[in-house]
Amino acid sequence: MADISANFLGIKSPNPFWLASAPPTDKEYNVRRAFEAGWGGVVWKTLGSEGPPVVNVNGPRYGAIYGADRRLLGLNNIELITDRPLQTNLREIKAVKRDYPDRAMIVSLMVPCEEAAWKAILPVVEETGADGIELNFGCPHGMAERGMGSAVGQVPEYIEMVARWCKQNTRMPVIVKLTPNITDIRRPAEAAKRGGADAVSLINTINSITSVNLDAMSPEPMIDGKGTHGGYCGPAVKPIAMNMVAEIARNPETAGLPISGIGGVTTWRDAAEFMALGCGNVQVCTAVMTYGFKIVQEMCSGLSAWMDEKGHSSVDDFVGKAVPNVTDWQYLNLNYIAKAKIDQDACISCGRCYAACEDTSHQAISMSEDRVFEVMDDECVACNLCVDVCPIEDCITMEPMQPGQIDPRTGEKVPSEYANWTTHPNNPSAVSEPTFGG
Amino acid sequence: MPNSQMTPGIQSGRLSAEAYQENFSDLHPPYEPHEAAVAADRCYFCYDAPCTTACPTDIDIPMFIRQIQTGTPEEAAKTIFSQNILGGMCARVCPTETLCEEVCVREVAEGKPVEIGRLQRYATDKLMNSGKHPFSRADVTGKKVAVIGAGPAGLSCAHRLSMYGHDVDLFDARSKAGGLNEFGIATYKSVDGFAAREVDWLLQIGGISLKTGKSLGNGLSIDQLTTAYDAVFLGIGLAGVNALRAEGVDKDGVSDAVDFISTLRQAEDMSTIPVGRNVVVIGGGMTAVDAAVQSKLLGSENVTIAYRRGRDQMGASGFEQDLAASAGVRILENAQPVKVHGNGAVQEVEFEYTETTSDGLRGTGETFRLPADQLLKAIGQTLGETPEGIILEGGKIAVSDAGRTSVNNVWAGGDCATGGDDLTVTAVAEGRDAAEDIHQSLMG
Repeated sequence: MADISANFLGIKSPNPFWLASAPPTDKEYNVRRAFEAGWGGVVWKTLGSEGPPVVNVNGPRYGAIYGADRRLLGLNNIELITDRPLQTNLREIKAVKRDYPDRAMIVSLMVPCEEAAWKAILPVVEETGADGIELNFGCPHGMAERGMGSAVGQVPEYIEMVARWCKQNTRMPVIVKLTPNITDIRRPAEAAKRGGADAVSLINTINSITSVNLDAMSPEPMIDGKGTHGGYCGPAVKPIAMNMVAEIARNPETAGLPISGIGGVTTWRDAAEFMALGCGNVQVCTAVMTYGFKIVQEMCSGLSAWMDEKGHSSVDDFVGKAVPNVTDWQYLNLNYIAKAKIDQDACISCGRCYAACEDTSHQAISMSEDRVFEVMDDECVACNLCVDVCPIEDCITMEPMQPGQIDPRTGEKVPSEYANWTTHPNNPSAVSEPTFGG
Repeated sequence: MPNSQMTPGIQSGRLSAEAYQENFSDLHPPYEPHEAAVAADRCYFCYDAPCTTACPTDIDIPMFIRQIQTGTPEEAAKTIFSQNILGGMCARVCPTETLCEEVCVREVAEGKPVEIGRLQRYATDKLMNSGKHPFSRADVTGKKVAVIGAGPAGLSCAHRLSMYGHDVDLFDARSKAGGLNEFGIATYKSVDGFAAREVDWLLQIGGISLKTGKSLGNGLSIDQLTTAYDAVFLGIGLAGVNALRAEGVDKDGVSDAVDFISTLRQAEDMSTIPVGRNVVVIGGGMTAVDAAVQSKLLGSENVTIAYRRGRDQMGASGFEQDLAASAGVRILENAQPVKVHGNGAVQEVEFEYTETTSDGLRGTGETFRLPADQLLKAIGQTLGETPEGIILEGGKIAVSDAGRTSVNNVWAGGDCATGGDDLTVTAVAEGRDAAEDIHQSLMG
């Protein structure tokens, strides 16, 4: 049996699955239930400064995007940081950590952008016995208008400054949570590193309007006829999150900076993918808000089984293993030539590949009177659209051509050597010897 | 409940009121909205979809399912009705398992087709229950067309003609319109007076004048019609029945299955319908199954369908055969009736086993008897009275593709005409296509 325990910044947890700072981690009752269900750690829902807590709306906080059968694909929320008193949260954090010493307890923080505010809160958090802090520089709604959350996260200089204040004023490891509502995710990550942060976590939620009520002509979730942008999360954001993780993992400036992956993690496989792109662990929220805490059992068994199958004895064996294969477009091998191939035994003759290729792509699939669909190799550019729209898994595959074969589309021999855009004759900036991506 | 299933003879009131209620409720209950959404989502939106090709009325099935999926079931209904104005009834009675659903790629792939019939019902119910009629008439042309027979073919033809602005006189022999939709379909396939409601809804288009109690030979003649109208469409169905050639068929308790079904359809209270303790149905088509299943539902103890060939030759689809079997009906194959025994009323039916040889079907000489106090004949229908001067072919009115008969300005479609299976949906298609051809011909 593979060992799925994780050690992130020296913080140990029995598995790499943490709950993200969010509604599920707002209070002791929920967090105890999470730990009983088997979660490896939690990031307690964001605390603010001492004083009257924030207030939340008293109407809908969430909006949803559905797939087939009302399967929830994306969720957005307009909930703010904790609306409970600071002392209550601190007392509960301490009690839970005391009872679950083997689980990771991280406390998310968001206080005004003044050193005094951070100096005030850090010691009282430290006193709970928490394992670390996460700086919420990502929350896109409500708090940003008050100069906190993503208003800080969108300015790298502020990130660096606050991270530095925290490192100077606490012994606890500092994780900076990044907002995706920014043009280049590498800049805030670099700033966090410069400020001495021990790790980054990403992504926070994405600015979004999930739907428009066409009767009321208002965005949803709708509060008394009006709506506001909320933070989007859930399976729909996973591709965006993974790209941002990979950008940071392969950026020479931040390479090696520990990353806690967040964004649509729903199954063990999602977690393994984030980890392969360099995350030391993952944080989950929408999946538990949809299905409850019990899903962690599937995540543990699935990850363990996959690691056994692949011969990974610990998570360190595969964390970051996909990073070297993330490259820029210009370094992709233009001499790699594939052709779509339809398995006629598996084909159910729906014709979706034909409609997609004929209407929107390269007219490379033929259709016979009796509904046999075949790829015309002399037209196929291997774009993969037919594979993507085919309802039958593995019915259409991309088969690489072998060097020396003639590509029927170009009439030219498939070269054996690698060649990319950097040397291509059509490239005005072409060089004589190809350069390679990192 | 004066009687039980064991009471000998042909008796009514064999079951409790609750049992009648349950037995004659909707065969396929309608979808709830969420069920419809899930069912619609299974459609792959096939290119040049096989289901549409298989539909005799060419309904754009993937399109209407997509319209359901996107929350516009009334638009879906318009897609259906524009091809098949009786899409509501067809959603209930079409043998989808041998038409659209049989060729659904998901049936081919996983043995579980998209439930096209039920989705069609969901969409058509939505629009029809709203009371709206989605079509309006073109400017009146001044042309008059007589449509004889207000069954599926005649209704479909009349509606399309009216849409084009022609005035239609719609005649029917019975006191109610609807034809087999009203008088010939198993009760559990069309509950709550749906056939009559559908006719009312269809006639909302206007321009159609329904005249009941009139038929060819009974107040109408081809000569007179062709003189008085610009065109004539015959959708007269099959009014006659084939005779059963067996000794003793004139005994009491022997009747035609179509009459039995018709009586059932018009009954307000099923407990008033008498049925035998032991019922034998002769035949292998839908009528045989409808009569047999409903006999069982009325409380018969034993019901047997006897068919002279093998099950694979039966006109009833596999789904219908399974329906019969699940209702507790025994299907006896390769047996032909030779004699009806009984003293005045039928008591037993004697059968001879058959086999199919290179010379065709023949009896083996081995016989057996089944107890029977009711014998229902369902061995096929015939044209009945032949319209004067019109050329027949194989016992039906000979027509060209668009339904033209041998007589000028006379068209025909549905069960009375050649071409196509004897199905509601086929009749609708033929009525519609004849209307298109009549329109072309009138407006030339």
